[in-house]
Amino acid sequence: MVVINQATVNVKWALLVSLLAFLFINTYAQAAVLEADRADVLYHSYDGGGMNIDGPAVLLRKKATESVALSAYYYVDTISSASVDVLSTASPYSEKRQEAQIGIEYLHEKTIMALSVRQSDEDDYLAKSLNFDISHDTYGDLTNLSLGFAFSDNKIMRNGDDLFQEQSQQYRIRAGISQILTKNLVINLNIEGVADEGYLNNPYRTVRYLDASTQSGVGYQSEVYPNTRNSFSTKLSASYYLPYRAAVFLHYRYFTDSWQIDASDFELSYRHPIAKSLELEFKARYYQQTQASFYSDLFPHQDAQNFMARDKELSDFNDITLGLGITYLIPKKYSISDWRSEVSLQWDHITFNYNNFRDPTAGGGVGEEPLYGFSADVFRAFFSLYF
Amino acid sequence: MKYKVNLGVLLLVSVLLNISGCAQLPVEPWVKPYERQNLADPIMRVNRHPIANMHIAHVYEARESSRGSEGAGGGGCGCN
Repeated sequence: MVVINQATVNVKWALLVSLLAFLFINTYAQAAVLEADRADVLYHSYDGGGMNIDGPAVLLRKKATESVALSAYYYVDTISSASVDVLSTASPYSEKRQEAQIGIEYLHEKTIMALSVRQSDEDDYLAKSLNFDISHDTYGDLTNLSLGFAFSDNKIMRNGDDLFQEQSQQYRIRAGISQILTKNLVINLNIEGVADEGYLNNPYRTVRYLDASTQSGVGYQSEVYPNTRNSFSTKLSASYYLPYRAAVFLHYRYFTDSWQIDASDFELSYRHPIAKSLELEFKARYYQQTQASFYSDLFPHQDAQNFMARDKELSDFNDITLGLGITYLIPKKYSISDWRSEVSLQWDHITFNYNNFRDPTAGGGVGEEPLYGFSADVFRAFFSLYF
Repeated sequence: MKYKVNLGVLLLVSVLLNISGCAQLPVEPWVKPYERQNLADPIMRVNRHPIANMHIAHVYEARESSRGSEGAGGGGCGCN
């Protein structure tokens, strides 16, 4: 709790100083502009590890004036889950999540301020969040500086248990710098701190422990998580224009948190146009993380620790993504009112390899089951209209 | 303790970024506006497909512990 209070004070102080500093920034004569008006309609699908998630999403951006833009975003997940930890201790389930977000952007000379509110709603989880970002072009527009803050208030419920209701809050503060280095190279550095407090468990998930009193030799009890989690991430990105009109992108991110999880991911992608109407995109990404200090696949006995988790997302694992995308730029004569439009298909294949999470459904003796792993296919099909 | 240090670093960087903006050092832009046509090409835009990027960030945030520095994602997730 002390850490959170300190974090909250620092967040407020950082915001105050940053906002004051931005107010005094002098600007060059040339003004920045808001991004173009656009509408996107997307269908997404995730299939892997016994889970199937799909649904639509819509994103709309429209300038009200030259200095004010409005945006709206709506997203639906329809979830059908029979994942390995659901199958080992519970029954398959299905649910629906809806997310809505509205935002406003204000441009003043070379400074853009963006405010948005967002709500994510499930049967057993309600999240409401407020997000504020400010960015500023400087040094002859070679440099863009940005700062952001977000607050989220979450209500956690448990289906079938009307008496269960918990809460959590999340604070985020971030900063970034984007720098043009040459005629063909831009680099970005982003940092973000996230502080959570409250009920951070999954109310359904259990840990397993050795129990000689049962026939199976295994007992189950609810997970117990700490009530705070603080994390920090740093991301370095580079975008490079190749001489034959193609682009290559590099991203590296390092993450660390107060649960002793260290993670890093590296991504390389390449975008290549073909003639005037096609763009291909190839992506490769590698991610790895260490496990949380209170994670165990099999605890030695009941109540073995004050904090206990058996969430595979908190275990030691790595994943590899290979992705492919294609965008077709629809000729103007076939588009609505001569507006520019595109249609895109993207496919990602992700392979997860767990180093300390065993598959209890596979047999082989308690604690001797094979390590778990699975692969997922993620599809996106979307239409974009610029007007 | 680790987090306090990190927030301190974050705060310092954000203040320095802003102060450096205030100072308006007489740096001559070494890439002139008319030399930025390659950088302005749509294929160079990291956020070329914002709705797709929001989905990707959400998928990774639901399946991995890492979070932040992405500019999107988060929220209730159906993560089991």
